Amino acid sequence: MHETDMTKALILTVKDWYHSQPDKPKIEKIHLIVGQFTCVEPVSLQFAWEVQTQNIFLAGVELVIKETPLIAFCHSCQQEYQPEIGLQYSCPDCNSPMEDIKSGRELKIDRIEYSSTNNLKGCGGEQPFAPTDKCIGGSRTDPN
Amino acid sequence: MHQTFDAALEINLLHANQEGADHNRQHFDQWGITCLNIMSSPGAGKTVLLEQTLKALKNKFKIAVIEGDMTTELDADRLRKYNVPVIPINTGRSCHLDSKMVAGGIHILEHQYNPTDFDLVFVENVGNLVCPAEFEVGEHAKIALLSVTEGEDKPLKYPVMFQEADCLLITKIDLAPYLDIDLDRITENVRQMNPQVTIISVSAKTGEGLEEWFAWVSDRIK
Repeated sequence: MHETDMTKALILTVKDWYHSQPDKPKIEKIHLIVGQFTCVEPVSLQFAWEVQTQNIFLAGVELVIKETPLIAFCHSCQQEYQPEIGLQYSCPDCNSPMEDIKSGRELKIDRIEYSSTNNLKGCGGEQPFAPTDKCIGGSRTDPN
Repeated sequence: MHQTFDAALEINLLHANQEGADHNRQHFDQWGITCLNIMSSPGAGKTVLLEQTLKALKNKFKIAVIEGDMTTELDADRLRKYNVPVIPINTGRSCHLDSKMVAGGIHILEHQYNPTDFDLVFVENVGNLVCPAEFEVGEHAKIALLSVTEGEDKPLKYPVMFQEADCLLITKIDLAPYLDIDLDRITENVRQMNPQVTIISVSAKTGEGLEEWFAWVSDRIK
């Protein structure tokens, strides 16, 4: 269960980011990128995340994990191929060893999706991704 | 009003561990120590390999061992018989050593001994083919053990460990005649993903292959 430790590290990183923000935004989603050629199981990570965040400021925040496939580049054939994890890693065409991994080793906190209610009240609530300039323009009336 | 924003972080999930590992390595470098991280499944023969290695090399090099063990000091007690410092780290229920745990061992090495006296530190990791592969501890080289009783398919099933290894020791080679195991197949399976790895077949019981292993270790010393 090293996912437990990784989740601890993830929470610390997000906490650092949160405390560096002057207006303490509401975190909605954390986006991770996890390669398929790592020792990390997304299901275990999700479970550890739910358990470890339930009583802290990240409770209810969604963890979105994007998996990236294992892709290697064969220098002999000058082409990419997708090794079959657990079965064969060498190039299916020329049998050269897998040396150059292009994708699949990622273990990354990609981005934090957050919302801020500061200065936006009264700009209308219909469009979740309303661009800021529209709000500043004040073309809408306060529904409240 | 609800507006969402993105903050791009692009931070490695293991960056804290990696920073710790780099810090540990700086200490080792500053003291002129080579650190080797020994990893395998439980029972592949890490401790007996270290016993043989200490016996053969302790008069040639000044050696210490940082010993990861989940809850006991059984392995540490075996190695202490060779009169080298053995620093036990009980990992509790954790399945691997991380750089912070090893930093604790380095702290003891620094304060209870004179670290500049040492040439070589072995880190015996927790027996596990999965987790230790992702957690660098500050080593200069990774050594993976695979015993012949585990089967030739293990490198295919636990590829990260074998892909990361600088040296693979195929252990318990004395048992090979009693098993339906294809040693060439183990080598082929590992080389598929790690063509540069040094592969040495050893038996800690009969001594077969150990000289080659000792020579490999000696070549790593700064």
